[in-house]
Amino acid sequence: MESPDSVVLTVLLFWPLVAALLVILFGSSDRLIKNGSIWASLLPLGLSIYLLFAYDIEGGGMQFEQVAEWIPQLNAGYHIGVDGLSIPLIFLTALLSTLSLYYSAGVINQRVKEYFFLMHLLEFSMLGVFLALDYVLFYVFWEISLVPMYFLIGIWGGANRGYAAIKFFIYTLVGSVAMLLAILGVYFATGTFDIVEAAAAQPFAGNLTLASLAFWGFFLGFAFKVPSFPFHTWLPDAHTEAPTAGSVILAGVLLKLGAYGMLRIMLPSFPEASVYWASWLVALGAIAIVYGAFVCVAQTDLKRLIAYSSVSHMGYVMLGIGAAATIMTPDALASAVDRFGLSAEAIQDSAAMALNGAALQMFNHGIITGALFFLVGIIYERAHTRDLSLFGGLATKTPHFYGLMLTAAFASLGLPGLAGFWAELFTFRGAFALMPYWAAFGTIGIVITAVYILYRIIQNVFLGEYDEHKLPHWTTVEGHQADGPTDMVGFEKVTMWPLIAAMFLLGIYPTPLINYFNRSAQELLAFVRNLV
Amino acid sequence: MEGLFSVTWVVPIPPFLAFLAIILFLNSNKRGSALVAIGAALLSCLLGWGIAFASFFREHFGEHPIDEAIYTIPTGSSEFVIGYAVDPANALMLFMVPFLVLMIFIYSSGYMTFPGHLQGAQYPAAYAQGKDPRYSRFMAYICLFATGMLGLVVANNLLQFFMFWEVMGLCSYLLIGFWHEKAPARAAAVKAFITTRIGDALLMIGMILLYVRSDPSSLRFSELFTEHNLEQLAHSIVSLPLFGEVHWISLIAVLIFCGAIGKSAQFPLHVWLPDAMEGPTPVSAMIHAATMVSAGVFLLVRMFPIYAFAGEVSTGTLQFVAFIGAFTALFAATIAVAQWDIKRVLAYSTISQLGYMVAAIGMGAYVAALFHLLTHAFFKALLFLGSGSVIHGVEHGFHHAHEHAHGSDGNHSAAEAAAHQGEHIVRRADGALDTEDPQDMRNMGGLLTRMPRTGWTFIIGGLALSGFPLVTAGFWSKDEILAVAWDGGQQWVFWTLALAAFLTAFYTMRQIGLTFLGQARTPGASHAPESVASMTVPLLLISIFAIVGGWVGIPSSFPLLGGLVPNWIEHFLEPYMEFMHLHPHHPAFHFMPLAVSLVVALGGLGVGYRIYGQGLKEGQTDPVARLLGPIWWMWHRKYWIDELYHGTIVLFTLWLSRFLALFDREWVIDWIVNGVGRLAILFSELISAFDRFVVDGLVDGVGWVSDQAGHIARLLQDGRVQTYLLFGMLILAVWLFLNVLPMILTLV
Repeated sequence: MESPDSVVLTVLLFWPLVAALLVILFGSSDRLIKNGSIWASLLPLGLSIYLLFAYDIEGGGMQFEQVAEWIPQLNAGYHIGVDGLSIPLIFLTALLSTLSLYYSAGVINQRVKEYFFLMHLLEFSMLGVFLALDYVLFYVFWEISLVPMYFLIGIWGGANRGYAAIKFFIYTLVGSVAMLLAILGVYFATGTFDIVEAAAAQPFAGNLTLASLAFWGFFLGFAFKVPSFPFHTWLPDAHTEAPTAGSVILAGVLLKLGAYGMLRIMLPSFPEASVYWASWLVALGAIAIVYGAFVCVAQTDLKRLIAYSSVSHMGYVMLGIGAAATIMTPDALASAVDRFGLSAEAIQDSAAMALNGAALQMFNHGIITGALFFLVGIIYERAHTRDLSLFGGLATKTPHFYGLMLTAAFASLGLPGLAGFWAELFTFRGAFALMPYWAAFGTIGIVITAVYILYRIIQNVFLGEYDEHKLPHWTTVEGHQADGPTDMVGFEKVTMWPLIAAMFLLGIYPTPLINYFNRSAQELLAFVRNLV
Repeated sequence: MEGLFSVTWVVPIPPFLAFLAIILFLNSNKRGSALVAIGAALLSCLLGWGIAFASFFREHFGEHPIDEAIYTIPTGSSEFVIGYAVDPANALMLFMVPFLVLMIFIYSSGYMTFPGHLQGAQYPAAYAQGKDPRYSRFMAYICLFATGMLGLVVANNLLQFFMFWEVMGLCSYLLIGFWHEKAPARAAAVKAFITTRIGDALLMIGMILLYVRSDPSSLRFSELFTEHNLEQLAHSIVSLPLFGEVHWISLIAVLIFCGAIGKSAQFPLHVWLPDAMEGPTPVSAMIHAATMVSAGVFLLVRMFPIYAFAGEVSTGTLQFVAFIGAFTALFAATIAVAQWDIKRVLAYSTISQLGYMVAAIGMGAYVAALFHLLTHAFFKALLFLGSGSVIHGVEHGFHHAHEHAHGSDGNHSAAEAAAHQGEHIVRRADGALDTEDPQDMRNMGGLLTRMPRTGWTFIIGGLALSGFPLVTAGFWSKDEILAVAWDGGQQWVFWTLALAAFLTAFYTMRQIGLTFLGQARTPGASHAPESVASMTVPLLLISIFAIVGGWVGIPSSFPLLGGLVPNWIEHFLEPYMEFMHLHPHHPAFHFMPLAVSLVVALGGLGVGYRIYGQGLKEGQTDPVARLLGPIWWMWHRKYWIDELYHGTIVLFTLWLSRFLALFDREWVIDWIVNGVGRLAILFSELISAFDRFVVDGLVDGVGWVSDQAGHIARLLQDGRVQTYLLFGMLILAVWLFLNVLPMILTLV
């Protein structure tokens, strides 16, 4: 009676856990663990691609849902499903996980079993967050995701890994506690832990104080993760110390959990509080864009620089979400119509574009910054330093690496024709319609981004004459002594090219991806429009 | 013919495919890269010309321009259309751009030889072929550049236009910094990108506001320029801080204009363009003539209805545009008078000529702006390519002279090359001179006899730039702008532009005189060979257009000549202007602007010839520098604007970034974070102390008390009767004391 589609998500979700257990139980040799892990990770990737094609965009809404009893004493159910917002993010998670495992197989040689166990566990938890439609389930996966990352940083990290790991863990844990309180609040207000049902029941509707409290509880939980200015300083430390694949996953997926939560939970559940606090979100987003970009310019460590660029780029997500939040209630929409002298339809389309921009930025930032962190790892494996002042002239020495870094860096800069541009464009398009002054402030970031990409990264690392005295000790990626920088080898190219190709494809033809996001943005707007 | 229009979107594709093919597969095959690149440019050129001519000969084309969708992007309930357009304005560009691109590609294939400052031993393959080690990369970059320009030309909406515009920005960055081993090239590349990026950010704001405010919300040209939309933009008001109430259309027009200021290097964002001369010369030709800088003016042409309607509700917007244009035209012309680098003179000349076009837009002269854009593209490309040929020749000349002097194989050692830097610097009253610099005009002279083809084509280009009357293309297009300025009653614009035109003729003659006339002043100039055919043939072909290009726009009211040849460009464009709800205006013929135009062109050339006609003598300083003294020096140092920007904007940005980084990591945010962490630790230590001393203290205290009590009690239990008795007595005494004494006291 059940079609296979109804268990697709469960298989997708639990397969990484199975893989993790298999690694622990049967991982008799490093070689077996590595190869087995890579092969195992192809299943979720394949299933996520299947979802991309099988999801009916026209029909929209939650699909492939599965509901089961889980902890009846707590009223917590096993409810998972996907919609236009989560499907691309699930694909992103699976893609980056596979690439990370593949890349790690080439560079990780210590405590291999634990490492691959944790990577699978991480994928399990991230997929869980994107799939969960029950608060308890959501919270559990949210918390699980902290643990493997803590160990990945703490064991395979750099010199200052202890501080970074603890900072990461405690920071996000504080947010989690706030979120837990908010979840309990929602439960007591609505009597259900089901995310969709709870949103439909509109907890604390009409009571702005309580709604705001819950809103801020969730906001803290999510903002720590995004990370939103001023809660961002765990990020540079965690990134700088994390192993390459850890940084990739951290920037590529974990940051998106926060933004995803805002879109999935905050806007639909607390429309009034969203409207009330929208300008705060927008302000924090715009400040993060500009502030993060300026701080990047002063960095001397390549990885830390890219970490700060994440702060700046996640600011676009906040800007877009905040701009859309301004019209989450019919009253707010009506007043926006008055204020801007535009039709209600035009205003709603602007909000949809802001949401599309934010979601696109989540996806594209995952691709682009993931690629950048891989590239930093690739050079670090050879130079064993990330000090920008020690590089120079690599353009001629390592042309392949230069070409890919150039592409990724310009994608990050928002160059049209590469993926990042559409996200920036639509975010600004939405934000300029709804919050023009903060949006205008945010555009300063566009210029400063060019400064740090060109002036700090490209110029310091690649241009000029290569000087062998600056950095005398180079190794190959295998760790053998080398005369100078060596170009990328096969497994590194295989890791990078899918991401580079995605940047080009989504830059030239973004429609297929935007179709998913636009559908869910439209649904969100229709949902709040129909609330009275 | 319909079929031809429907493949317009293909025009930018061949160079893009060539770019991919070269970077992915052909990067070690130099000859193959060049062939693929030129083949792609040829394809684009054939297609572009086919489309252009099809549109030229099509009846009523202006009233029925082509605008087709390729794909759409969902934007809420609406859609954004990506597509292509053909109309009279971009049909003219489709004639000019791919042709110049093809010429520049052919020229590049000959130009990018093995650079003299590199060691042959380090790059054996490139040295053996006599080509630049990064020859293929160069070909790939210029292919991408061509993609950008052609894509921009055929775009049917502003967003797509902007996207290709940015792609060109990327390519100009890569190409200006092509020889990135040279520090100035690196710096110039970053400067070019970031300076134009400032303009681009403002353009993006303008574009997005236009997108927001348009009805229907769109950026498609055909939907933007409806009467309804332009009217509603012109009549809705926005209230801004500082500026008060302005019309939406004015705000949008000014912001979009800022993009053109950046890209077309208008004051105050002009600083990147002269530095961009650090790139290989074909790049300069591409950036400065055929493509990138023209794109800024082409943007204004594309957006012209916005400016026209903005002019109807408030004159300030157009006056601002006209002012920037006219001011830049004069400002850059003065700098050009006092430069020594052959390419820098042309760079400032470009800025100045773009100023003419911008001023024309500001005066509402749509046809004149586009006309000058086209003619200028031809003659400026000619001049740049010619200057590249000169530089190449002089470089070879120096090389040749060295070979004779040293009898070496012409392969400098690294140490020798390093010693060359700075060894030949001579301090002079008219600026420092590197006597080995192949770009400094003081090291040239008399090249007309050594390089006749380059020389004569350069002179043709120079005369066109000066506006040499009747024959050259530059005369007709510049004359039209001056006529409009006079007729439109904008006296100050007219006289500013006229003065700039005088200076233009003057510095052009100076350049021709210093480079080609008189005697050779260095061994480099006296040994310079003529360039190879792949370089000179493009020069010859382009020089044809530098002359005849102007004949398509002879005003019908011009004395004698008017009416002999129809004013074709006006006939072609005017129906399209009416289609966009504009009202073409024909300036009546006035004698004054024509006379002024003749006087300044011939006067400038004459004065220039009088001073520089015989070149300079060896070691002679510039007579004008002697005459003008500090004014000349101010021009020579470009009004110190670079220094000003560095001292203010650049330093402030760096300071702010360092401040914020410390704010983030040391002073405030992490200080708070770590402070909270430390407080938590401190708090937990306090708790732990409380636990140890107070809680545990209580527990221990109870134990201690009972322990001590036990000790005391044990003292009692020593088994001796005397002790027990003594205690019995003591207890009795205490009892008595406590009970009996109060009784006694109450009795008392």
